[in-house]
Amino acid sequence: MKALRNFMNKIEPSFRPGGKFSKLESVYDGMETFLFTPNTTSRSGAHIHDGNDLKRTMITVVVALIPALLFGMYNIGYQHYLAIGQSNEGWFTMFLYGLLAMLPVIIVSYGVGLGIEFISAQIHHKEIQEGFLVTGILIPLIVPINTPLWMTAVATAFAVIFAKEIFGGTGMNIFNVALITRAFLFFSYPSRMSGDEAFVKLDSALGMGGGTVADTFTGATPLGQVATSVGDPTMTNILGEPISCMDAFIGLIPGSPGETSMIAILIGAVILLLTGIASWRIMCSVFVGGLAMGALVHALPSPIYPASMLDPMTQLCLGGFAFGAVFMATDPVTGARTTIGQYIYGLLIGVFAILIRVYNSGYPEGMMLAILLMNAFAPLIDHCVVSFNIKRRARRAATKS
Amino acid sequence: MATVKLKKGFDIQLLGAITDSGITAGERPLSVAVVPDDFHGIIPRMEKKEGERVASGEPLYHDKNHEAIKVVSPVSGTVKEVRRGERRHIDAIVVIPDGTADAVTHDLKRPALDVLLDSGLWAMIRQRPYDVVPSPDVRPRDVFVTAFDSAPLAPDLDVVLGDKRKYIAKGVEVLNGLTDGKVYIGIREGQSIDAPGTVVTTFVGPHPAGNVGIQAANTVPVNKGETVWTMDIVTLARIGELFTTGKVSHDTVVAITGEMVQQPRYVSTVMGADLETVLKNETTNLAMSRIISGNVLTGVKVTTEEWLRAPYCHITIIPENNKPDEFMGWASVNPNRFSLYRTFTTWLGGMKKPRSMDSRIKGGERAIVRTGEYDAMLPMDIYGEFLIKAIISGDIDKMEQLGVYEIAPEDFALAEFADTSKLELQRIVRQGLDKLRAEMS
Repeated sequence: MKALRNFMNKIEPSFRPGGKFSKLESVYDGMETFLFTPNTTSRSGAHIHDGNDLKRTMITVVVALIPALLFGMYNIGYQHYLAIGQSNEGWFTMFLYGLLAMLPVIIVSYGVGLGIEFISAQIHHKEIQEGFLVTGILIPLIVPINTPLWMTAVATAFAVIFAKEIFGGTGMNIFNVALITRAFLFFSYPSRMSGDEAFVKLDSALGMGGGTVADTFTGATPLGQVATSVGDPTMTNILGEPISCMDAFIGLIPGSPGETSMIAILIGAVILLLTGIASWRIMCSVFVGGLAMGALVHALPSPIYPASMLDPMTQLCLGGFAFGAVFMATDPVTGARTTIGQYIYGLLIGVFAILIRVYNSGYPEGMMLAILLMNAFAPLIDHCVVSFNIKRRARRAATKS
Repeated sequence: MATVKLKKGFDIQLLGAITDSGITAGERPLSVAVVPDDFHGIIPRMEKKEGERVASGEPLYHDKNHEAIKVVSPVSGTVKEVRRGERRHIDAIVVIPDGTADAVTHDLKRPALDVLLDSGLWAMIRQRPYDVVPSPDVRPRDVFVTAFDSAPLAPDLDVVLGDKRKYIAKGVEVLNGLTDGKVYIGIREGQSIDAPGTVVTTFVGPHPAGNVGIQAANTVPVNKGETVWTMDIVTLARIGELFTTGKVSHDTVVAITGEMVQQPRYVSTVMGADLETVLKNETTNLAMSRIISGNVLTGVKVTTEEWLRAPYCHITIIPENNKPDEFMGWASVNPNRFSLYRTFTTWLGGMKKPRSMDSRIKGGERAIVRTGEYDAMLPMDIYGEFLIKAIISGDIDKMEQLGVYEIAPEDFALAEFADTSKLELQRIVRQGLDKLRAEMS
């Protein structure tokens, strides 16, 4: 530690104005505060401060995402070896394949996003903020694995610049940055974002895996199959064998890397709720809203809307619903901030996600749009809740005088 | 007697609490100072020059806008120095005590308002809105008095009161004559008070339950256009004493607390006494410490060359930056690193265990990200976060609507401690109140 401290002190002058690397000043500051807790002492106001800061908060969210990330990697390998008819490969081989497949996406996501954050911090002479730590890991988890890296790079850059930096950076954005990345991809390159080719990686990952794909292969996600089915929907795995709700719960189905396993997501949910970072009000009400709407559409099944045949529990296990509920809807910056507002916000996300999923046949998944829609409405919900407080205060003043 | 239960807030447990409520007699101070910054809302106009003699209770300066509001010398002696800082701002007025009992005696036949203004005790009263010394032109709707201090390591105000307790009834009588409303006294559970003519409310719950503004908001909140006075029970007793004896007592009892204090204790001294005398037997390495006149949340950072600051009853000494190179503190799993939040492991060690805390901010300033942090520390019917945002953006209408008239900077002190985004909330609130006051006058 001592040696590191001395080294940091030694190189510091060259990063300060006038130094050789003064253009990298914010990068130096970022590194320094990463390595050593800022030792500035309070000058005004309270003399003691809580040990928690935004770094810890964001890192805890990243920790909560790790189960979904690891399972996502394993599942990429599992689907790959299933597709090429080598489903007896060991779990480690599958995991390693998934790791190699996802690593480039993670590097691109962090590289592009953090690069923009660093440049922006340097331009504004501000500290580098931690928001992208979470966004950078969310993006690989919600973008289909077969998305070309350049698309991910472009979408990440678009989202970070136009959904975040122009609003003022971390804490100021209106829309969830990771979801904007996905939405950008979805609307710009729709053919690469759904259907047979998006979710199962068939070619080799950095030289590993690869082989002849089985004849019966079909790469559509269960929700994608449901959307295009006629009559009573049956879901199959990529080889055409039927799957159940339990398979979706465990997560060995095709889909975006992070979203498939309900178990991994629930572990993350427990971490977020125990540490108190995510609002349990939002998280629970999203599930309640989804269940209620799922029950309603299931009570009125219609062959025109095949997804209405799914029972509500299956609805929650499929697609990005759980992942969105746990990790995206609970983003405090873009969500509702008042206690009552959080219930309304969460409920409506759940309702809209199922509504879009079932009654918009062109689009099998509704979670992304439901959250983005409610991101837009969150300030309005808060405004209404706060205006009750304002009215109460005004009434109190009126009755007194 | 009504009881109000407050759930929000938190009692921060620090090392260095007083265990023995005995009072050590302090020595006569070498110098005594009045610091104008302690009397927010008064623009000082000097009445005494350097070298002039003053009696105890004789005015040193008055307010530019209300000449009747006087700030007086706590001792008799000679004005040694009017210390000025930037732009001729008066930092302190230093008086060298001569040890005589030469004190101003007030004619109690005059109207109570005039006596109070002349005595200097007026400057120890605060008003809501704006948390400033009250304007004598406005008759207060009510008067709120807190009988306890709930801040970390705070003194027991019953000890500070001592035998001045007997003047409370007289003080209440005077205040009842100055307001059309009532005198409200807030006490803590187990405390008792004999004060006829008042409305006594028991407040149960963690800090900031002892803040007078929190008590007012949970009994009869302040509305736009209304003015209430606030003070602590010690000031109330001093008013009672003034109207009994004709003289103001400037004696006080100071709780010397905190981790860096060898023997936390109560010391009797004079308001504004120099800290060299007050902390005379304190041999701890004061260079490694932060001396705070007041509590760790709302107090003022001072040095031993400075003086005891209002409200003259508390000193806290904590370590200054005791871990300058904490390696990757954000990754710590040490249960001794205190945090209210379960992102750290503090809760494993027990939240009620007294802790060592130093003056580091432990993080960079950020935009507000986490929700509900301020509200959890603010037991008022106010959306703290929205109010802070309105203040930052300078939106006066919104500030009014969201209840800015009910708050003082001290009410946000605990939220400032708890804030993950490390915003200087008390400074923000103070600036907002000042701006509002300037706009309204």
